[in-house]
Amino acid sequence: MSEQVQENTQATAKPSGLAKWTRRGFISAGALAGGGLIIGVALRRGDRRDQVADLVSEEGDTLLSMWVKIDEAGKITAIVPHSEMGQGAQTVLTQMLADEMDANWADVSFVEAPAEDEYANGPLGKGYLLAGAEIPAALMATVDGAMHQAAKALVQQITGGSLSIRATGVAGMRVAGAAAREMMIKAAAGTWQVPESELTTANSTVMHKASNRAASYAELASAAAKFEPSNKPSLKDPEQFTLMGTDLPRHDIPSKVTGEAMFGMDAQVPGMHYAAIRQAPVFGAKVKSFDATKAKAQPGVTHVVDLGDAVAVVATGYWTAERAANAVDIKWTATENDTVNSESIRQQFRADLAQAQADGTSSADVEAGDVSGAFAAAAQVIEATYEVPFLAHSCMEPMNATARFANGQCEVWTGTQNPLGARYEIAAALEMDPADVALHQHFMGGGFGRRAMHDASIQAARIAKDTGVPVKLIWSRAEDIQHDFYRPSVASQFRAAIGSDGQVLAWDNIYSEKHEPVEAPVIPYDVAAQHIHYTNSSTHVPFGAWRSVDHSQHGFFTEAFFDEVAEAAGKDPYLLRRELLANKPRHRKLLDLAAEKAGWNQPVAEGHGRGISLQESFGTLVAQVVEVRVDQGNVSVDRVVLAVDPGFAVSPDGLAAQMESGVIYGLSAAMYGEINIEAGRVAQNAFDNYPAVRMQDAPLIETHIVNSGEAWGGAGEPGTPGIAPALANAIYQATGTRVRQLPVSRYDFNYRVNEPEELI
Amino acid sequence: MITFRINGAERSLDVDPTMPLLWAIRENLGMTGTKFGCGQAQCGACTVHLNGAAIRSCVTPVAAAQGAEVTTIEGLASAEGELHPLQQAWIDEQAPQCGYCQSGQIMSAAALLATNPNPDDAAIDAAMSGNICRCGMYQRIRKSIKRAAGAEAVVGVFDPQAVTEEVKHV
Repeated sequence: MSEQVQENTQATAKPSGLAKWTRRGFISAGALAGGGLIIGVALRRGDRRDQVADLVSEEGDTLLSMWVKIDEAGKITAIVPHSEMGQGAQTVLTQMLADEMDANWADVSFVEAPAEDEYANGPLGKGYLLAGAEIPAALMATVDGAMHQAAKALVQQITGGSLSIRATGVAGMRVAGAAAREMMIKAAAGTWQVPESELTTANSTVMHKASNRAASYAELASAAAKFEPSNKPSLKDPEQFTLMGTDLPRHDIPSKVTGEAMFGMDAQVPGMHYAAIRQAPVFGAKVKSFDATKAKAQPGVTHVVDLGDAVAVVATGYWTAERAANAVDIKWTATENDTVNSESIRQQFRADLAQAQADGTSSADVEAGDVSGAFAAAAQVIEATYEVPFLAHSCMEPMNATARFANGQCEVWTGTQNPLGARYEIAAALEMDPADVALHQHFMGGGFGRRAMHDASIQAARIAKDTGVPVKLIWSRAEDIQHDFYRPSVASQFRAAIGSDGQVLAWDNIYSEKHEPVEAPVIPYDVAAQHIHYTNSSTHVPFGAWRSVDHSQHGFFTEAFFDEVAEAAGKDPYLLRRELLANKPRHRKLLDLAAEKAGWNQPVAEGHGRGISLQESFGTLVAQVVEVRVDQGNVSVDRVVLAVDPGFAVSPDGLAAQMESGVIYGLSAAMYGEINIEAGRVAQNAFDNYPAVRMQDAPLIETHIVNSGEAWGGAGEPGTPGIAPALANAIYQATGTRVRQLPVSRYDFNYRVNEPEELI
Repeated sequence: MITFRINGAERSLDVDPTMPLLWAIRENLGMTGTKFGCGQAQCGACTVHLNGAAIRSCVTPVAAAQGAEVTTIEGLASAEGELHPLQQAWIDEQAPQCGYCQSGQIMSAAALLATNPNPDDAAIDAAMSGNICRCGMYQRIRKSIKRAAGAEAVVGVFDPQAVTEEVKHV
């Protein structure tokens, strides 16, 4: 039992540049010092299972793999390298491992992988960008370029990109479970001297029916260590699944109904003080000077810290700190962006788009067919400009972090989508060795992309270092809304050419600002001539990944304009989609299901409207039909019928929950969400001017799941992009007004609006 | 000195009487189940019961609790540890996602059921629309309340379980 861990992976140097992906050394195994088995499934280059074993193995435990261990009582613990923000990933990933392993579900629990390099989330960068989607050949150059960016993600541990199931789950958890099961069978076959083919597994037990023998995984673990793992363990077919595809209760829920769940906000460190913060209102401004005399005079205030672009007030309680922060008189440096506002940004987009068109300097996503010929031959050309505002994430739990700095070591308690990245960024900001920074992960009170950023953690660490006392930094709601990393404001201009027979001849789309995923503006429809292109038009407003990222705007743009095309072509918007999906049976089937379940053919009452959308994102297809009622100008969303095809629903109820969540998140943005820039700064500062959908506004959401058997897609984001266009299309039917700008609250539906220029 | 009963236990605090009750509960009493969301009574994450009524503790001065009975999410289960029917219903319906707002949601719902044991949709809208859930779990929260209320007919609420079973193999 004292074999060395077999190292057959590549060099352990930190990755740089574009990673070359290889299957070599995908799985390796060895014995742990002191007995037991370790299996590593390398989802990235250079994992170090020996170090991992030290981190996750407690005395008495047998570490079975990088993602699973068995203790002496037969308890199986999955070690899951993803954070929990309510998406249920930790439970579902455990489910995937346990199913392939034939483990007894009641014996399985999870721990979140520690923020160590060994858990770096390798395939994220690639998976995030490729998203399992079919990438048009024209896009591949962009993908290759973006992969250089993605290489940075190799040292991170991100939960995002709707990737937990489709990357970590499919490539990691299932493989680890299957490999573990095979080694258990080998161990039993060796012990009993019977052929492996005569052995079966179930409930954490290997059985030999012919001789009526059985041995538990706990008993077999050490013997299993003597065998080499198969580099390609055989995975179950869906009909063999016992846990995948079933609804299992989420591990994290019980503590969330009793108040026991510990969020970052709830971290308790002995002797800690509390900090409130005031950050430069204009992004990029610095502290010029400040007068904290009045703040320091307040009882309980202990420190005032100049962070360069922010001032923090530290006190014995948060309320004291927050009140005192209001009393600090801060002067900020002037910046070149002090006069920027939403209207100037909008004019900039239009000017940059016009310039790129005139100069031919745009970058192409898709160039197909003879676009100019099609427009020349068109019986009808329609044009429209669509726009979306900046959006904040507005997590329920405002940004916060607790930090302690002592003896050259820094500890941070927070909830983050990227614990390892947080460690590295904190270390870099404090000019420390990452080995001297510890990150204690907590539940996240919402993530949505916001908690992939580490600004609050870095601030807390700097305040703790500066003051010498442990500090819990809590942002006010206003700070949270005004210092986010925002879904960008984007403009998108369309032209479509329509033939005399109503045929869609050409689709021309130019837009500002491109991030990820690269295929977001691509349409699934069979239009022979297409030009989809963009020009960068950057602003000083910080960019952040916001649930579904670029799909959040392009889903709205393309699917709302498509309805304009259908109207011009004289066709029903559902039927035209159907017609142009003749070569995409998976898409067409899903669209048909949503239309059927929603009763698309039923008449719509006066003042009501029904709208449809189809969106493929993160490897999952979603079709939505939205029903609205517009009464005296007030829009109410009554019902959303949603059909989703993720390839396979590992947790059907969890998938339905993600669809409901994605729809409401997207609906809040579509109905009311706008972050406006005034004098270089964010105008909104509270839930009354940056509202969210509430109980009384929430539609009935019906989710219909299709398991098509295609590659497994994500769940966290795909529900979001399709709600805005379906809503806009429904409002058009109800009112005759095309919603080309979001949010919907900008419109007065007591009047019919034809031109978006009339707004803002 | 402010003295009140919280979850059945009498506590006295020597704090600024104008400080919001939220911070007295979280910082001075160390009970972190009650959450800070906005500090402006706009989101409901801080909801607790003051003499049985749901209040937003982030804008309620601690002095208002003088001599009163305060109940937080930690005090909702029975003394024997049996979950409140709402807590159990929340688990049964798998209602929470991130969970941050749920203490406040459950406290608002508990105050509703205390006065209206079988609320209809309009009553639920009225009682619950002060509580934001950014994960958008309103449908499940509504269903959980009806389940806890013991309503025979859960009208107008989508049952994802039924639908997924029905169409799983479409």
